[in-house]
Amino acid sequence: MSKQSELIKEISGVNPLKCMKCGKCSASCPSFNEMDIKPHQFVSYVQNEDIEALTQSKSLWKCLSCFACVERCPRGVKPGKLIDAARQVLIRQRGQEGLTANEIPALLDDETPQQLLMSAFRKYRR
Amino acid sequence: MQKIGVFVCHCGSNIAATVDVKKVVEMAAKEQGVFHAEDYPYMCSEAGQSRIAAAVKEKGLTGIVVCSCSPRMHEATFRKAAERAGINPYMVEIANIREHCSWIHKDMTEATEKAVILMRAAVAKVHLNAPLMAGESRVTKRALVIGGGIAGIQTAIDIADAGYKVDIVEKTPSIGGRMSQLDKTFPTLDCSACILTPKMVEAASHENITIHTWSEVEKVSGFVGNFTVDIRKKARYVNMDKCTGCGVCQEKCPSKKPLNEFNRGLNTRTAIYTPFAQAIPNVPVIDANSCIKLKTGKCGICEKFCQVGAIDYTQKDEIITEQYGAIVVATGFDTIKLDKYGEYAYNESKDVITSLELERIMNAAGPTKGHLERLSDGKAPKEIVFIQCVGSRCSDDRGKPYCSKICCMYTAKHAMLIRDKYPDTNVTVFYIDVRTPGKNFDEFYRRAVEDYGVHYIKGQVGKVMPQADGSLLVQGVDLLDNKQILKKADMVVLATAIEPNPDVRKIATMLTASIDTNNFLTEAHPKLRPVESPTAGVFLSGVCQGPKDIPETVAQAGAAAVKVIGLLAKDKLKTNPCTAKSDELLCNGCSQCANVCPYGAITYEEKLINDHGIRRTSRVAVVNGALCQGCGACTVTCPSGAMDLQGFSNRQILAEVDAICR
Ligand SMILES: Cc1cc2nc3c(=O)[nH]c(=O)nc-3n(C[C@H](O)[C@H](O)[C@H](O)COP(=O)(O)OP(=O)(O)OC[C@H]3O[C@@H](n4cnc5c(N)ncnc54)[C@H](O)[C@@H]3O)c2cc1C
Ligand code: SF4
Ligand code: SF4
Ligand code: SF4
Ligand code: SF4
Repeated sequence: MSKQSELIKEISGVNPLKCMKCGKCSASCPSFNEMDIKPHQFVSYVQNEDIEALTQSKSLWKCLSCFACVERCPRGVKPGKLIDAARQVLIRQRGQEGLTANEIPALLDDETPQQLLMSAFRKYRR
Repeated sequence: MQKIGVFVCHCGSNIAATVDVKKVVEMAAKEQGVFHAEDYPYMCSEAGQSRIAAAVKEKGLTGIVVCSCSPRMHEATFRKAAERAGINPYMVEIANIREHCSWIHKDMTEATEKAVILMRAAVAKVHLNAPLMAGESRVTKRALVIGGGIAGIQTAIDIADAGYKVDIVEKTPSIGGRMSQLDKTFPTLDCSACILTPKMVEAASHENITIHTWSEVEKVSGFVGNFTVDIRKKARYVNMDKCTGCGVCQEKCPSKKPLNEFNRGLNTRTAIYTPFAQAIPNVPVIDANSCIKLKTGKCGICEKFCQVGAIDYTQKDEIITEQYGAIVVATGFDTIKLDKYGEYAYNESKDVITSLELERIMNAAGPTKGHLERLSDGKAPKEIVFIQCVGSRCSDDRGKPYCSKICCMYTAKHAMLIRDKYPDTNVTVFYIDVRTPGKNFDEFYRRAVEDYGVHYIKGQVGKVMPQADGSLLVQGVDLLDNKQILKKADMVVLATAIEPNPDVRKIATMLTASIDTNNFLTEAHPKLRPVESPTAGVFLSGVCQGPKDIPETVAQAGAAAVKVIGLLAKDKLKTNPCTAKSDELLCNGCSQCANVCPYGAITYEEKLINDHGIRRTSRVAVVNGALCQGCGACTVTCPSGAMDLQGFSNRQILAEVDAICR
């Protein structure tokens, strides 16, 4: 499991240790009530290496990627990027659902943000 | 040829656990000119120092190398020990094998190798050391305090009570600082003005204190014991000697638009004004930017009404020059601007206010005469939300990375005072942590919760949304319940981060005092010299050094005063002999060194030079040893290599480099 939490940290570029547990992310989140694991908990779940719970959570598909949490976090933690990375991990696990890894390089250029790809994955898997 | 002794300190296990001290001793003994080498657990101890003395006596040593901690810690200690043993103190060199070696390395072999190299460099330097004599300079027995808040006032009173003259320079029209804006003060809830005004009066009436308000420090030169300071006394347009403080001018002035700074811009004042009723001095100033007479030549009403003819539109800024032995910085703080925090709607709604604005609203002399009311419609708020840590503890560029320290306590104060006076008003506080270390502080906060029913919620507010009906919708989180909260409020109060007064940068540059990344002035040592700046003769008092409440500010102000008194009590100071010196034979008078010297220590003289039998007159650089601080800027600038620093000569530095590269 710890390998997966490392992966999430790498993909997201987030250092969960920077979080001071203020809750401003959860206070900002428009999807809060839909979520089982709340934005400030994304951080503690990665800290505690409980990635299974995160990838199985409802929150994974309820986050709007609005990035209000990323904008307002006073410590620059970017919890929304963690949940984004968790989605990416899950999609990689599932392999064939959505795009396959092999198809991606042809679609990539330097300008394409990861964020955009992620949103595409989410749209097309439903 | 020097006879050198090398003394290697274990510093308990600080050095010995990482550096093989025996090995360093062994290698030292092999160095040329080393006649004695030994190690000892604590060289700085009484016993350690007497070993130095014993070795000097026994072996006739002429130079000493101590391999120990940073010279900032104990150079002075070992120089004194050498002096007692009969050696010139400047024949001592420190090889820093703690901070530069044992503390930063883990591998013993590598650390030992480095320690040996540092020892060798120091030995190589001592070979070229020459005895130096410290000069003396006189001490001007007068102190300057910059900033007339509670910190500056207290420091000035304490220095004055010890019998020394003190001048306070305050840039606003009155002394008093932030404390004069506060309503009541934690943890005892006594009225701020009631405890501050007597101190202001005491300072103003003290025979040893001179107060320059509406004034700023313009230029500082000189050095510890001998500062020369230019003070700009801004034109007041009111004659201080004639004005009786009757206030009729302020009643009659037709220019009523300017924002009232003292009330944080929540209302307006007249062009001629005293910031508050208890102001000291009780003499108004005319704000030239809004005075109709000064702008257009018409009006002159205040002059007509003034019974004693105190108004003088012809006044000009005046620069006075004074001499001081010591300077205390007490420039205090302001709250940060909230422009980057759009989510709190501070710029959108009049009913979102800062805590300092709330102090003015609660104050009987404030914009609402002490009635708690919404600034938008004058209605009494029934639901108030406080948000903690606004801009504090932020690692992004919107806020400040530090804790402002005072907000937890003043919010508990505000909440309690409101619940006491308006029991049917609900108060909710969103907090990250409640930090209340301090005597009777946590008890104070608990009283707010337990006796006054203030509702504390662990969590932050994400956004404040002004509603069409004039209310404010607050979206926050309760982390303990893991619930998002939507709360309607009539007023939102932001515990806004504090920051040093922005112009402290200017002051620090003038004083060559250092400031940290947050613009707080840096202390000489964070633990052991907390009220001294690293620049000799410059001291720190109050919030300009770091966030503090009033009790801490007053304590620090007293400590700064003691340091100043200790300095002014001396008639003469020893000067640092490690100053620059120019070689007249090499100097070609190009002026480059004078241009870089930050202390103005270099001048030029036409001199008759005997250059190996050839006589010529030449323009050469001359260093004033009393002004030179030994920074070395000139030595690296001089294109002819004529400038050298005594105790740190080019030859000495190169010998060290050679020893390291050997
Ligand atoms: C909302 C709020 C509530 C508070 N409540 C409490 C409380 O209840 N109890 C408590 O103990 N503490 C309280 N405090 C803290 C208290 O205000 C400070 O501890 C105290 O004011 C610090 O005093 P100071 O002299 O260091 O700084 P300041 O009060 O800021 O004084 C600095 C002075 O220096 C002057 N100055 C600045 N720059 C220059 C310059 N370049 N040249 C000349 N003069 C200059 C300023 O005009 C000012 O007069 C509160 C603070 C706030 C913000
Ligand atoms: S990015 Fe996701 S978690 Fe963050 S605030 Fe938006 S919806 Fe909530
Ligand atoms: S991620 Fe940021 S906003 Fe969320 S709890 Fe941690 S520090 Fe606060
Ligand atoms: S002269 Fe200036 S300060 Fe005096 S009353 Fe007129 S506007 Fe006011
Ligand atoms: S070392 Fe040179 S530049 Fe530095 S203070 Fe002395 S004279 Fe000025």
